[in-house]
Amino acid sequence: MIAFVLSRLLQSAVVMVAVAVIAFFLFRYVGDPVLAMTGQETSREDQERLRTQLGLNDPLVVQVFRFLGRGVSGDFGISYRQRRPVTEMLVERLPATLELSVVSALFALAVGIPMGVYSALRRDTWLSRVFQVVSLIGISLPPFLVGILLIFVFAVLLGWLPSSGRGEVVSLGWWTTGFLTLSGLQALLLPALTLGLYQMTLLMRLVRSEMLEVLRTDYVKFARARGLTDRTVHFGHALRNTLVPVITVTALQLGSVIAFAVITETVFQWPGMGYQFIQAVASVDVPVMAAYLVMVGFIFVTINLSADLLYYGVDPRLRLERTVIGGQADRGA
Amino acid sequence: MRRRIGTHIGRGLLSLAMTVVLLGSAVTSVDAKAFRWSFQGDALTMDPYHNNETMTLDFLSNIYEGLVRRGKSMEIEPALATEWTTRAPDTWRFKLRPGVKFHDGTPFTADDVIFSLERAKSEASDVKPFVQGIKTIRKIDDVTIDIVTDGPRPILLNSIVRWYILPKSWFEKHNTVKVHKLGTAETNYAALHANGTGPFMLKSRQPDVQTVLVQNPQWWDKAEHNITEAIFRPIKADATRVAGLLSAELDMMYPVPLQDITRVSRTTGVKVMQSPEVRTIFLGLDVSRDQLLYSSVKGANPFKDRRVRLAFYQAIDIKAIHEKVMFGASRPTALLIGPGITGFDVKLDQRFPYDVEASKRLLAEAGYPNGFEVTFDCPNDRYVNDEAICQAVTAMLARVGVKVRLNAQTKAKHFQKIRAKDTSFYLLGWTPASLDMHETFSYIVTTGSEWNIGGYSNPKVDELLGRIAVEINANNRQALISEAMKLTKEDIPQLPLHQQTLAWGAKSNVDLVQLADNSFALRWVRVK
Repeated sequence: MIAFVLSRLLQSAVVMVAVAVIAFFLFRYVGDPVLAMTGQETSREDQERLRTQLGLNDPLVVQVFRFLGRGVSGDFGISYRQRRPVTEMLVERLPATLELSVVSALFALAVGIPMGVYSALRRDTWLSRVFQVVSLIGISLPPFLVGILLIFVFAVLLGWLPSSGRGEVVSLGWWTTGFLTLSGLQALLLPALTLGLYQMTLLMRLVRSEMLEVLRTDYVKFARARGLTDRTVHFGHALRNTLVPVITVTALQLGSVIAFAVITETVFQWPGMGYQFIQAVASVDVPVMAAYLVMVGFIFVTINLSADLLYYGVDPRLRLERTVIGGQADRGA
Repeated sequence: MRRRIGTHIGRGLLSLAMTVVLLGSAVTSVDAKAFRWSFQGDALTMDPYHNNETMTLDFLSNIYEGLVRRGKSMEIEPALATEWTTRAPDTWRFKLRPGVKFHDGTPFTADDVIFSLERAKSEASDVKPFVQGIKTIRKIDDVTIDIVTDGPRPILLNSIVRWYILPKSWFEKHNTVKVHKLGTAETNYAALHANGTGPFMLKSRQPDVQTVLVQNPQWWDKAEHNITEAIFRPIKADATRVAGLLSAELDMMYPVPLQDITRVSRTTGVKVMQSPEVRTIFLGLDVSRDQLLYSSVKGANPFKDRRVRLAFYQAIDIKAIHEKVMFGASRPTALLIGPGITGFDVKLDQRFPYDVEASKRLLAEAGYPNGFEVTFDCPNDRYVNDEAICQAVTAMLARVGVKVRLNAQTKAKHFQKIRAKDTSFYLLGWTPASLDMHETFSYIVTTGSEWNIGGYSNPKVDELLGRIAVEINANNRQALISEAMKLTKEDIPQLPLHQQTLAWGAKSNVDLVQLADNSFALRWVRVK
């Protein structure tokens, strides 16, 4: 068990270093940060001076090691654009993205799972068919279109909800939350809906197909033959086994959502990390871009590590055999 | 059992969501009287010397002021200086306005002006170009200074409009006497806080989220506005910004995307204001290399032949671009400067005619009867409909036989490429900060200048520009300017296209002044 955890940690560290090095090399091709930072009238001498100051004229090897060395201690440098420590900027925006991601994931779970269960159990009803169509729409529509559509209906036409921003937020230490104010909650609704729509349809389809498969298995037949009620069979046994792949997918989705809520954040001007990343790309703010990628790598690595450890804890066979099945776990009684 | 819990949770969430939504329709937003406005980007910093960026400096003009400022018709008028006289060709005596206080109460004196000059010239300051003509400032007394320039500077006043005066004691107190060098760990206090003499004070600043200004009751000028609190939020996504205006959450926003102008002007309660902008969009050609870097022609540079340049010019149907690409929001031009820039000469503003046959003939005469291939560098997120303009030009050149490979990319990469002169044919836009012809030409046309990417060199034009720089007599200066522009126009090293048109959106009950340099001043805003 310890060996397993240690080996996983080592692998994660290797992944992180690889991400950092690749990120570093990528950033040499995104444009000149000095040109982006200075006005059109800035002289060439001033630009060169700035370049040297930023260490952009140093040999490549030196730059790589400086980048890695600083990254290990959590120092991502000073943002070119805002001239503030990058770590400070990311921490400022983290609560907005996390709140949005978690609420959208909860929405996807709360709506997707019941929908999936219903359409698996009552396959031939009209409501089930409606769910199928809705899920098809949800998967096909790009998030920015959904977002703009929602803004148009709820903000412009009806005037019920704000079209952008996070509303008023309350500071609790270094965390800022929108949950405690009415405007904060209102501002959260549309972006969470937009972000959650795709996840919801994914979950719904997954739950439906998993349930259908499970309901066909032998042990479910035998359970019914034994006289157990439908409720016990469906929810006590079938759903429980369906939930394991659902957890996998949700965990991975959560990672994606946190990392890539960029489009939704841009459409709703949501002050999160994704929007900050897009701004950094446009203004060639390399320190912010690098920090963001490293952090995204870290999130994915952590989530995958936790998922692996979770399987190890959940599935007794893994502990016995000491082999790990990385993706979907087998079903068991 | 689980299902019941699940259903309860589901129902609970649904009711919560509905309550929140419905309450929204009943409750109006907090600070209902605050003036809310939005732009597609944010001011980069609250430190006026950090970044020479147009929007940042425009925004800061509400908080800080210079010795002079621009009035409603873009004319130069007194601000922190009340009058000025030239005592010698290189010495200007300025009388400073008495009784002016900074937002923290400290009085404004000549020492602040001298401090501001030193700080503007500090190594990491990005506003050096504004004060590069000033050699030194001599204090005569607390309200009188002599500005000594580096030789005669007829457009000194134009150059210093955006050079804001800073309070010496406040900047010293907060350890930012010199503009902070990038890479230092200390945060610049002045980046998030401000202390100026302007009509508004900075109440709070959250970069990229929201900046709040409040009225300065001690302002020295008579307030024409009726704003007590102003809240600025950048909204990058065009559709969202338009939605914000249409849903009445914003009182004003700019720019209005061209395709939404009709829609916004038709909506009741909001209006669109349009007027010409001073930015000129033009195409540049590499006229110096012996062989173009990115074309199919080997051993020769087609752009060195004036006939080819004229052929390109006459192949462009500027009217079609004006109507179809710019939706009417442009002013076709033949010069690198437009109305509103000192030196503009309407007599010279006649384009060579659009003539496809003439263009083909010229190309054949020059030895390219079947045209040739060339790469065209274009930004796709810098100017209004820039990529669309380039695509239109590409199609028009195809008609005369020139096959253009369009390379449209984000501005960070585009400017990096053309600044390095790594191009044969490119698009660029220019607004001279001082609104004077000399500045445009000294950056784009003089031999060897920074943005003279095509390498154009005409010694006669250089000589004229040298004289324009120091000619004090306005009429003589205009004559020299017209001559230089005529020569450049005839040489066609660049193909001017048009000046953009500004489009601002606002609620119908908001009165404001739209200046041709796209600067939005709160001090003229009245909400009825």
